Amino acid sequence: MTPKEGPALALADITCRFAARDATSEPYTAVANTTLNIARGEFVSVVGPTGCGKSTLLNVAAGLLEPSTGTVEVFGERLLSAHGVNRRAGYMFQADALMPWRTGIDNVIAGLEFRGVPRAEALAQGEAWLRRVGLAGFGDRYPHQMSGGMRKRLALAQTLILSPDILLMDEPFSALDVQTRQLMENELLALWAEDRKSVLFITHDLEEAIALSDRVVVLSAGPGTRPIGDFKVDLPRPRDVSEIRMTPAFLDLHREIWAAMKEEVLKAYQRQKAV
Amino acid sequence: MKLRIAQLLVLGLLVLFWYVMTKPGLVPPFYFDKDNRAAFFFGEPQKVFWVVVDWFLSGEIFPHLGITLLETALGFAIGAASGLGIGLWLALSPTASAIMDPYIKGFNSMPRVVLAPIFAVWFGLGIWSKVALGVTLVFFVVFFNVYQGVREVSPNLIANARMLGASKRQLLRSIYLPSAMSWVFASLHNAVGLAFVGAVVGEYLGSSMGVGYLILQAEGTFDINTVFAGILVLTACALALDSLVGTVERRLMTWQPKAGQTEKV
Ligand SMILES: Nc1ncnc2c1ncn2[C@@H]1O[C@H](COP(=O)(O)OP(=O)(O)OP(=O)(O)O)[C@@H](O)[C@H]1O
Ligand SMILES: [Mg+2]
Repeated sequence: MTPKEGPALALADITCRFAARDATSEPYTAVANTTLNIARGEFVSVVGPTGCGKSTLLNVAAGLLEPSTGTVEVFGERLLSAHGVNRRAGYMFQADALMPWRTGIDNVIAGLEFRGVPRAEALAQGEAWLRRVGLAGFGDRYPHQMSGGMRKRLALAQTLILSPDILLMDEPFSALDVQTRQLMENELLALWAEDRKSVLFITHDLEEAIALSDRVVVLSAGPGTRPIGDFKVDLPRPRDVSEIRMTPAFLDLHREIWAAMKEEVLKAYQRQKAV
Repeated sequence: MKLRIAQLLVLGLLVLFWYVMTKPGLVPPFYFDKDNRAAFFFGEPQKVFWVVVDWFLSGEIFPHLGITLLETALGFAIGAASGLGIGLWLALSPTASAIMDPYIKGFNSMPRVVLAPIFAVWFGLGIWSKVALGVTLVFFVVFFNVYQGVREVSPNLIANARMLGASKRQLLRSIYLPSAMSWVFASLHNAVGLAFVGAVVGEYLGSSMGVGYLILQAEGTFDINTVFAGILVLTACALALDSLVGTVERRLMTWQPKAGQTEKV
């Protein structure tokens, strides 16, 4: 791989307009003129009110959705929809995306299988990953035989086994209970610390965002969502997500970012109520 | 177990009712003016039973049944395979499906049994005219289900597989096909029955072999008992084939959640 200049992920002036369902209504502008850079090895969280366009932005970064205007660069190279999806990225979806006809282990090794890794080797790696996400011994269960939290962890293993350079995560832990969630967050930080991937992490939980990231980007309410705040998180690493929440530095940051966010959350709420 | 007993009881009662109503002299005639008329029109269960037993003991039925089953199997296999292939192709190629759409709709709404005489002319009175009829019946059922099944694949699953690095071919193999499978099996249950219809209707219209031919001949001599015996044998075969499809389905679809899947202790 030739080392190229540029950040891991550069979204420049992205606008996403969705066609209206019928001819009479206006097209809906979900995201407008958004510029967002993720440096190599950086952990960036994006927070914003529900329905503001976070998943949309992530789909653009993944190359699954072509923006109406704007460009995406991955490690200095243009991402073009003609060339398929973003091959450097792993994507953990907000909704369940496991293959229901595959057992846990077969789901985990799906990516290796697509890459032509011999099955024995893939299975060995898959078992190791099942152990890391706390699912050892559950490999022969089908997704519908697992709990929501187990499925999330399976999806995490499915994504991480490929060791992608960029990790796109769409509210990966929002379905988990508080305890499991903090365990998983710590686990994610530990895994991330090993080889410092670039992470774009989406959440609507501000505490989670601050506890995990180097930077928190706040999005405005839709339509025409754009970043309205960019906050550096200077908390020391390694962190323990449950302990860091009690530190004064964390609370100061939380107050500061929440002040910027509050208005947008209320706006979004009012708008959705009005519809 | 209790269910089985109740089911058998219903069957027993039906046969008993049939027997009582048709046995000459058992109940005084109230609709027909002669005692043996009911038996003439509706047959008699014990005679039907003996016809069936005689068929199997003498071996007379086997060549006929073999032909009918062969026609059914060929019609089913060819129809299902082509329905699967073309269904996949059209579902994955929007242009082709847009072009073919009116023709498919037209063919589907046509009562295709009317093709039977044409097939007899084209393919002769041997097995192929019956197979052709079976294929036209089976094809559309499977085709529409595959088409629908592929269309209904969750976009999330496709996106996930693409992010995991699946190529077009791998998407087809590991997402589209397994996802369409439950629809395919739903259609195969219907398709087995339709393949049978194709074979028997074809034999009715002109043949020298097959269970349909046996029934036709018996009708010619007003041998109602033999007609019923033929119907009975056909029904049993259709049931057997259907349960075969069910077995294969259960084998292949183990991943599907079953309702209320907890074990009793
Ligand atoms: N394919 C689409 N067609 C039309 N509108 C869409 C489409 N996808 C998303 N939208 C709209 O774009 C807006 C942003 O959606 P998006 O899924 O990105 O929200 P989100 O920020 O991820 O919300 P949440 O936090 O609830 O997951 C929503 O108002 C949604 O209705
Ligand atoms: Mg979302």
